Amino acid sequence: MNRFKKIISLMLILALGIVLGACGSGSGDTSSKGSSGGGDGLIYVGFVQVGAESDWRMANTKSMQDTFTEENGFKFEMVDAQQKTDKQITAIRDFIQKDVDYIVLAPNTEAGWDTVLGEAKEAGIPVIIVDRMIQTNDDSLFTAWVGSNFKQEGYDAVDALAKALENKGISPTEGEIKIVTLQGTMGSSAQIGRTDGFEEKMKEYPNWKMLDRQSGDFTQEKGQEVMESFLKSYPDIDVVIAENDNMAFGAINAIKTAGKTCGPEGDITIVSFDAVKAAFESMIAGDMDVSVECNPLHGPRVKGLIEKLEAGEDVDKIAYVEEEVFYAKDAADIIESREY
Amino acid sequence: MKNLNIFKKPIYQYSLFLPIVCLLLVLIVNLIQTPNFFKITVQNGVLYGFIIDILNRSSGLVILAVGMTLVVASSGGTDISVGAVSALAGAVCIAALGTGATYNVPYIVSILLALIMGMACGTVNGYLVSYMKVQPMVATLILFTAGRGIAQLVTGSFILYVKPEQFGYLGNFIPGVPLPTPFFVAAFLVFITWIVLDKTPLGMYIQSVGINRDASRLVGLNSKLIIFFTYVFCGMCAAITGLISVSRTMSIDANNVGLYTELDAILAVAIGGNSLRGGKFSLFGSVIGAITIQALTTTLYAMQVSADQIPLYKAVVVIIIVSLQSPVVLKWFKTIKGKLSTRSHQMVKEAK
Repeated sequence: MNRFKKIISLMLILALGIVLGACGSGSGDTSSKGSSGGGDGLIYVGFVQVGAESDWRMANTKSMQDTFTEENGFKFEMVDAQQKTDKQITAIRDFIQKDVDYIVLAPNTEAGWDTVLGEAKEAGIPVIIVDRMIQTNDDSLFTAWVGSNFKQEGYDAVDALAKALENKGISPTEGEIKIVTLQGTMGSSAQIGRTDGFEEKMKEYPNWKMLDRQSGDFTQEKGQEVMESFLKSYPDIDVVIAENDNMAFGAINAIKTAGKTCGPEGDITIVSFDAVKAAFESMIAGDMDVSVECNPLHGPRVKGLIEKLEAGEDVDKIAYVEEEVFYAKDAADIIESREY
Repeated sequence: MKNLNIFKKPIYQYSLFLPIVCLLLVLIVNLIQTPNFFKITVQNGVLYGFIIDILNRSSGLVILAVGMTLVVASSGGTDISVGAVSALAGAVCIAALGTGATYNVPYIVSILLALIMGMACGTVNGYLVSYMKVQPMVATLILFTAGRGIAQLVTGSFILYVKPEQFGYLGNFIPGVPLPTPFFVAAFLVFITWIVLDKTPLGMYIQSVGINRDASRLVGLNSKLIIFFTYVFCGMCAAITGLISVSRTMSIDANNVGLYTELDAILAVAIGGNSLRGGKFSLFGSVIGAITIQALTTTLYAMQVSADQIPLYKAVVVIIIVSLQSPVVLKWFKTIKGKLSTRSHQMVKEAK
């Protein structure tokens, strides 16, 4: 019996070791995607990515990998920091050691970059920030920032809603339009930008009424829970604004469970953000009306900046990626071309 | 307890008295603030109302709280890995089913795989705590951090969606049944657990191990095995919660399934009037605690409290509930009561 226990305990420890080991090996620190040749006229770009936490992030990574190829004249090296800021800092120092030509950083957190970016500046390596912004008092620490304009997305959503209502044969300027909003994680830049943008632009339509706003934490389950509550508090909701697609999916579930209808053919209009692939599927299924894109394809924009810098030109400090609005009626034609 | 005469025991001395009062307090606020809170209608063939929402949404937490209660009672520690284990079990279930129009494996197989995964995690926790004598929080911290990582490996870091409609039955409604399915699952689990604990000596064993591990061993109980068992059971509860959660959304988002639920589960145990030091426990106290937490959330939604203020209100209510049940406040109540009764005694005497 005792021996049996010993064997079992040994096996458990081994199993745990394997599991933890597997996690460790997944971290794959630096993976060279480009050629190893140094002095062959290639521009050496080091990219510090946050991780692989979402479909959006994966598309972001792929966009970079597809843009900075050897055929395009780049040597590309990427670090997946697994959502750890300290790993990102180590990676930047590593890139400084390797004397890369450009460092592209997708920061995990907003604060705490002054020291390491100062080192990059001393080494004379231009840093381009993508996606999230960093907090610093010294703007000279980075050369440019490429990302989404969340406030603009909020503005776009207002126009998108007006058009989606028109598509349904409802005039956006007449009668009271009752709206509820599922907000993202409070305080995140996407939530702040989208809420403020929508609120501001909504004033153009005095007949639109915001009944309530509540946070669904960007998740489907929480979005569903909040929507269930909204449906009981307000029996006649006309529009749901969901600050990301996942919360919209949750809201759609809640609406259907309550026996109501949504989408282009239904009573409740669903406006969403991000436009991930699943959102297109939802639009094709006739559940969602419109989704405002949050474009992860930063690669080409960063490449444009680097080319300008190589030519010795000045670049804009802040460069927004172009973002589109997708309506349910076009979803079936577009879905094939979507990468994420 | 000195007072062995249960027939004379006043109502406020039952262990469930305070948890129930707290739940009622939360609900009474609604009676004033949102009069339609208690309205239940039939809509789309199912019962529809805030109360039903509370029952539905609290089910997952009730199940977690049941597992957590036993872990706390037996080992005097908490299992903080339950949220991550939920995510992992959900991931295993959906990874087995696949994302096609039909299931890759029969539904029941995926459920079993998920439960086995949950129990395997419980086995690791239980082994570390009972046989290796690692502190419970440290032991479960391993899966707390690694669990979501493993779940990400299982799902390939993607959010996976399941297509067949039947997959949603477990987390939502079965057609033709007016009550949400999670409610039945939770009620069934609580009932079975209660029967087993109450009708077999197991409940008493868990209590005595929690009160004094060594003394229990000396009287012939296998303390280690009992502690080990509670962790395996807790892992299974976490897996059930995970299954409900992924069924509700028909998708697995390994980053978010069961996020922070370990804290709610521990809170439910505490609100239920259970000591986190182990020993004596009340299963139904924890169940009421779990329902109270959800009732509070739903109440705040119904009262239209804005999202950034919700945590503040929750914190205030939790502080009130927990301090109401703290020994110091209870003693304070007793002194007041004692003074009152001696005074009335004196008055009676004087009148005579």
